[in-house]
Amino acid sequence: MALQAAMLLPMCLFADVPVESADTVLHLNEVMVTARRPSDDIIPAQTLSGAELRRLNSNSVADALRYFSGVQVKDYGGVGGIKTVNIRSMGTNHTGVVYDGVELGNAQNGQIDLGQFSLDNMEEISLYNGQKSRILQPAKDFGSAGTIYMRTRAPRFEDDETYHARATVRFGSFDLINPSALVELKLSDRVNAQLSAEWVNSSGKYKFRYRRVNPAGELAYDTTAVRQNGDINATRLELNLNGTLTRGSWHFKAYNYNSERGVPGAIVNNVWRRGERIWDTNSFVQGRYTGHFGRWTMLNNVKYAFYRTHYVNNDDKQVKIDNLYKQKEIYVSTAHEFGIAEWWEASASYDFMWNSLDADMYGFAKPDRISNFLSVATSMDLGRLRMQGSLLATFIHDTLDGQQAPEDQKVLTPAFFATFNPLRNRDFSMRFFYKKSFRMPTFNDLYYADMGNSKLTPERVTQYNFGVVYDHSSRGLISAVKVTADIYYNKVKDKIVAYPKGQQFRWTMLNLGLVDIKGIDVSGMLTVNPLPELYVTGRLQYTFQRAIDVTNPADNYYRDQIPYIPRHSGSAVINAQWRGWGLNYSWIYVGERYNQQENIRYNYTQPWYTSDVSISKDFRLGRVALRGLLEVNNLLSQDYDVILNYPMPKRNYRVTLTVEI
Amino acid sequence: MTRIQNKIFIYFLPLLLCVTGCREDELVVPTEYDIIPEIPSSDTAIRGFYLVNEGNMGSNKCSLDYFDYFTGLYSRNIYAERNPNVIKELGDVGNDIGIYGSKLYVVVNCSHKVEVLDSRSGVRIGQVDIPNCRYIRFHRGKAYVSSYVGPVLIDVNAPKGAVYEVDTLSLAVTAKVTVGYQPEEMEIVDDYMYVANSGGYRAPQYDNTVSVIQMIDLKQVQQIPVDINLHRVKKDKYDKLWINSRGDYRSRPSCLYVLSKKAGQTRLSVESKIDIPCSNMAIKGDSLYYYATEWNEYTSENAVSYGIIDIRSQEVVSENFITDGTEKEITIPYGIAIHPETGDIFVTDAKNYVSSGTLYCFDRHGKKKWSVRTGDIPAHMCFLPR
Repeated sequence: MALQAAMLLPMCLFADVPVESADTVLHLNEVMVTARRPSDDIIPAQTLSGAELRRLNSNSVADALRYFSGVQVKDYGGVGGIKTVNIRSMGTNHTGVVYDGVELGNAQNGQIDLGQFSLDNMEEISLYNGQKSRILQPAKDFGSAGTIYMRTRAPRFEDDETYHARATVRFGSFDLINPSALVELKLSDRVNAQLSAEWVNSSGKYKFRYRRVNPAGELAYDTTAVRQNGDINATRLELNLNGTLTRGSWHFKAYNYNSERGVPGAIVNNVWRRGERIWDTNSFVQGRYTGHFGRWTMLNNVKYAFYRTHYVNNDDKQVKIDNLYKQKEIYVSTAHEFGIAEWWEASASYDFMWNSLDADMYGFAKPDRISNFLSVATSMDLGRLRMQGSLLATFIHDTLDGQQAPEDQKVLTPAFFATFNPLRNRDFSMRFFYKKSFRMPTFNDLYYADMGNSKLTPERVTQYNFGVVYDHSSRGLISAVKVTADIYYNKVKDKIVAYPKGQQFRWTMLNLGLVDIKGIDVSGMLTVNPLPELYVTGRLQYTFQRAIDVTNPADNYYRDQIPYIPRHSGSAVINAQWRGWGLNYSWIYVGERYNQQENIRYNYTQPWYTSDVSISKDFRLGRVALRGLLEVNNLLSQDYDVILNYPMPKRNYRVTLTVEI
Repeated sequence: MTRIQNKIFIYFLPLLLCVTGCREDELVVPTEYDIIPEIPSSDTAIRGFYLVNEGNMGSNKCSLDYFDYFTGLYSRNIYAERNPNVIKELGDVGNDIGIYGSKLYVVVNCSHKVEVLDSRSGVRIGQVDIPNCRYIRFHRGKAYVSSYVGPVLIDVNAPKGAVYEVDTLSLAVTAKVTVGYQPEEMEIVDDYMYVANSGGYRAPQYDNTVSVIQMIDLKQVQQIPVDINLHRVKKDKYDKLWINSRGDYRSRPSCLYVLSKKAGQTRLSVESKIDIPCSNMAIKGDSLYYYATEWNEYTSENAVSYGIIDIRSQEVVSENFITDGTEKEITIPYGIAIHPETGDIFVTDAKNYVSSGTLYCFDRHGKKKWSVRTGDIPAHMCFLPR
């Protein structure tokens, strides 16, 4: 408890600041200002952007997402450990991840490793529950139960500028070396280019500790060891071209990520090192064209992606594995919006997607998938009441090599969003949404050697959400305050679960599960300006979730909380800015959980909470802007597992130096 | 207005405070007890039994349960309490258990070790490191442990398996002999050990042989072709071996073989094939109790069967040894044992592999006597003499 009190102390301090008339400049949050047309987000997203994003102690996008409510990040530890995100307990596969306007895909297992995305050139990360409630978007964007949008920085030049350049170097614990460079060029009045490159190298070696005491309080064992085989060597190269046209704009992106990683594996009795390695090469090119023609706006996207994964198990005590997987994706999308009246808009979108997976495994089906998505949507702005409805039709056809393919899937999913402002100003609003969505069984679920089950049907989710928002900014001591609260009910039907088949760890996948999720997300943000030039911002976020398995009353885990979903979780961030100095403290709490379906003591996993602190200083030398950042993560050196037997690092450090011209 | 805003903000603080969950010291995994309504006969030679729960791979939840007939207490997960100082407890994926002399041996597959305990107290005596160890048998003061990995030979991708010889006094590996691919159970008849080779890592090129090891000099002297993917080996009182094949889980079904000694020969050879699926078996007197779980692709269900074979006639004499309908409660039978005196039949249910299983006790007529919650994937049992 002492820790919690300590953490709350600074919050109380600034909440009790005496009210003084501090007539100072209105503090502008460094959020990208986007033109707010009536058709914009009916339900706003949770967003981290700009300087605020940079101030958080985050290695990757996955770390930053821990500050959003309703989100659980699965983290296998270290720099190279896989990190996936689960929104409102519905499962990782229901989360869409969109990178600069196009959804990232993984037809093989449906999971996007967010640890691979760097924050180096990221401008904004947003989380939308349900969907982005704008109607001009690709049909696929209407499909996920929740979506994370990542947007890279778009160059903006002053009149006399022709280039920007930034170089960053990061050093830290786990023998981390992470240099990166960003160059932005103004090629003409209408075209600019951005090139970004990054290298990450880390031994992934960190100390972790397991300790047990007997009920009398005597030490049973206490051991500290070094995590092995968690090394990573990765490069990222990214080219962005942006152009403006008389009646629209275009964007082109080429992306390449290359990595070699060790898979640290579970720490179990007598096994402290394993021999699995993964090589990933992920490349894609994508293009976008947006055009405005009077009442008609169009948005077109194309993408080609190639993912290569090479997995090797070299452990001489286990079966040798050496598998190569190749995934390809072609994606074409066209979306059109038409303004029927000043207050009424309608849209229609069509997406085509082709996926294939090839693996050099015995009896592998080499699936090809053709997906067609068709959506219609409309939004109305009736002053205080704004509404949006959408309907998405999905058609999926698989083809297999030498096997009979399963039946085609056709699914229709509706969504409805509304927001209402009971007061005259827009400070206070109430919101509601209802959405049905589904996830297709992945190629692994359907066709993985011996385990896959081609009879699987889609896993379906229904969501209901009701919430209130208070958002106000003004001059004065309290320059901005925002409070949101949402309650929600989700139901996951036909959940795809692994089911035992015969003896010896043989499994198959079945549409067996039924999960009931009730939750509350609360968040608050407050910026105070107690002294000239001193701005203090606090962010608080809390999530309650009761996600229970209601599959079968005969199961001994009937109505038990599903694995790895805490009932309580939250975070608090406090940040102070003064004359180029920045101080950031963040605290993350994940309550007690169970690591298996049954809520018994043998499956109990303790809560964890970490404190991260950073201090930064910005200064200028002529035209050159410099920035130094020192971060201390897991300040109190808590020994915790996010996933059972995957120990997390103790206290660790990072230093970042940035030069920008 | 400002004051109200302040209040709104302050109201959030208790929310975090009522999230009372704080970390505490991680306690030694505690034992749980259940009372079993069982009265032992006064002249019994059996004190109790141990049950090893495999635990799902990577979970480190291999656990040991013990039932004592004299106290009537079923003790769940006794290892950590008896051995609190062992780092990360019993280990990952138990695969076999056996008692020899005063020692209890637990084979922990994914922890690559055989754990040696005092058979009465459950207190640790030591461990024997054997990579990917599978099953254990005893013979003349030595323990023999089959292992999926023998010495790395020329073909590094498919090393042959081995049987390790362990001295039961010094707990040192004294010898090892290379056998077929991924050996499973073994049994000793006269001075030969018969090892069932599975070849599970080489699917679909399964091994199909039983390795014969001459015990005097621990040499493989023969490999008898039987069927693919062999698993269990049980010895009956006529010194015949009952060996099951798991098939290829697709077109080739599981079935059962009998090996016996022909007149004038020193070693066993295949006597007959019994065309029934068999996953596991236990022998008492002239009866062989077996069960089989076979996945049916068409219905997406496990087809489970239980039966008794008369080992003299080698015919199925009962289609179900559970006679009171309890088999409907069992999702996946995973282990079977027969009480050597009373003939009580024990069957374990592994359920979905990632939740607590159940141990069922039936009397010799197949009527349920009791059942008890176990650890994850209850599988292997051995009886403790009085």
